[in-house]
Amino acid sequence: MLLRALFFCLAFALPTHAEQVVAGLSQNRVAITANFDGSEILIFGAVQRETPAPTFAPLEVIVAISGPSHAVTVRRKTHQYGIWVNTDAVEVDEAPTFYAVATSGPLDEILLETEDLRHHISVNRAIRSVGAPEEISDSEAFTDAIIRIRMNNGLYQTLDNTVEVSEETLFNTSIALPANLTEGDYTTRIFLTRGGEVIDVFETSIDVRKVGLERWVYNLAHEQPLIYGLLSLFIAIAAGWGASAFFRFLNLRG
Amino acid sequence: MPMQIYLPIAEVSVNAFLLLGLGGLVGILSGMFGVGGGFLMTPLLFFIGIPPAVAVATEANQIVASSFSGVLAHVKRRTVDFRMGTVLLIGGLIGAAFGVQLFNYLKSLGQVDLLVKLSYVIFLGIIGGLMFIESLNAIRRANKPGVVAKRKKHNWIHNLPIKMKFRTSGLYISVIPPALVGVFVGVLSAIMGVGGGFIMVPAMIYLLGMPTKVVVGTSLFQIIFVTAFTTLLHATTNYTVDMALAVLLLVGGVIGAQIGARIGVKLKAEQLRILLALMVLAVCGKIALELLLQPSELYSLGAGGGH
Repeated sequence: MLLRALFFCLAFALPTHAEQVVAGLSQNRVAITANFDGSEILIFGAVQRETPAPTFAPLEVIVAISGPSHAVTVRRKTHQYGIWVNTDAVEVDEAPTFYAVATSGPLDEILLETEDLRHHISVNRAIRSVGAPEEISDSEAFTDAIIRIRMNNGLYQTLDNTVEVSEETLFNTSIALPANLTEGDYTTRIFLTRGGEVIDVFETSIDVRKVGLERWVYNLAHEQPLIYGLLSLFIAIAAGWGASAFFRFLNLRG
Repeated sequence: MPMQIYLPIAEVSVNAFLLLGLGGLVGILSGMFGVGGGFLMTPLLFFIGIPPAVAVATEANQIVASSFSGVLAHVKRRTVDFRMGTVLLIGGLIGAAFGVQLFNYLKSLGQVDLLVKLSYVIFLGIIGGLMFIESLNAIRRANKPGVVAKRKKHNWIHNLPIKMKFRTSGLYISVIPPALVGVFVGVLSAIMGVGGGFIMVPAMIYLLGMPTKVVVGTSLFQIIFVTAFTTLLHATTNYTVDMALAVLLLVGGVIGAQIGARIGVKLKAEQLRILLALMVLAVCGKIALELLLQPSELYSLGAGGGH
């Protein structure tokens, strides 16, 4: 059964994929340490083909890195009783905490709208919202707000023309991960397109984790919150008392 | 030399020297004026991008630590009214428990920022305004140095039931007013991330009629336990106490307080009070403007949930 499925896959996969992408990343894990200040990921690869390259359209490459998706509540302030207050709220079911798209050309030219819909490649397509409450007519403004706010924080990036393709075969790009990252699996997808059609996809993931002391503190805070709280108090009291004892000692001598 | 530090709970990366500096600055002010400084630190943490829930919870943790050596000093000097402190404390614990509930409820509605900011504007406005007027009057009456609070011998407080003898303060009054003051300060501690000394000290002097010399020690005694309780409540319900943030602020704070105390002795009491009043009013004004002026970004993002 398994063998038959495998055979079926192979038989099916070979003829459709005339061109295949083989790629690698400079690192498959990002360790968030105490002095973590962002990280730069190098993505490079090559296109494997058994027949000469087609000539009807140039080869284009799109690299998309997506952080873990979470539900987000977007709130809007309005002017009420003379002050600005959160009044409207829209719950967006899924929005990636990080999203970067690097391309070898302008995204709308190298990717058809239908392909974008199928593969959820552009930032707009990466956010999924089932529906806003009835009283809100402009729910798009709320999804736009997520993109705008996260772009300003460097969490969403649209990097047009940053993938270098040489000889229709080799490509490379680099994507900067900012310091304010959320932990999780960062799905990295590389799309090959010709004439706007996706001809191959390569998928891998980057493991972003807190490590060492950061990991330990975070786990303790969530798994043993009472012990963590007591420990925070103890450490803070010890540090405060220690520091003022040190100054008393200096004052007595000086 | 930039030295970024990734805060494990706040999940933001900030410059360690910025935090030490903030701690130091607030420490200088608290050393000069003898106030806890929570009411300045919490808004400053908002300004540098620490999530408000983390700022409030972590500041409570920091206040416990920065008040600790103060309490020890007052216990040694026997300027703590333990009995009064305990009554204030019981009220405070009830208030803090209620405050954290209120905080979490409004957080789920997306109104916690508004609650925190409104509380700041109201309390800082009232306290700053009163202090400013009082110190102006004190400076005008320059021939009478220092304003000694007149202790009213008899007011409505003396007609309430459940009276108790507070020997250290030399009072025989009902436990209801101090317990209510405690509840009120406990609520403020939980929602504003402050010790509440700026409310409790005037209330003890003017409302309860306690002698000035035991007021600071007794309020610190209450503050240390109430903020410790608030820290534990936030840690166990919201997971928002950031240990690394607290320690950095604290180290800066202790150093700053040493410097501040030295500047403080060189200034006159009225001058100090008027400076403090102006500072309180400035913070109040800054937060009020945030509510009154149209923000550049009308939208804000919060964690999803509530499905």
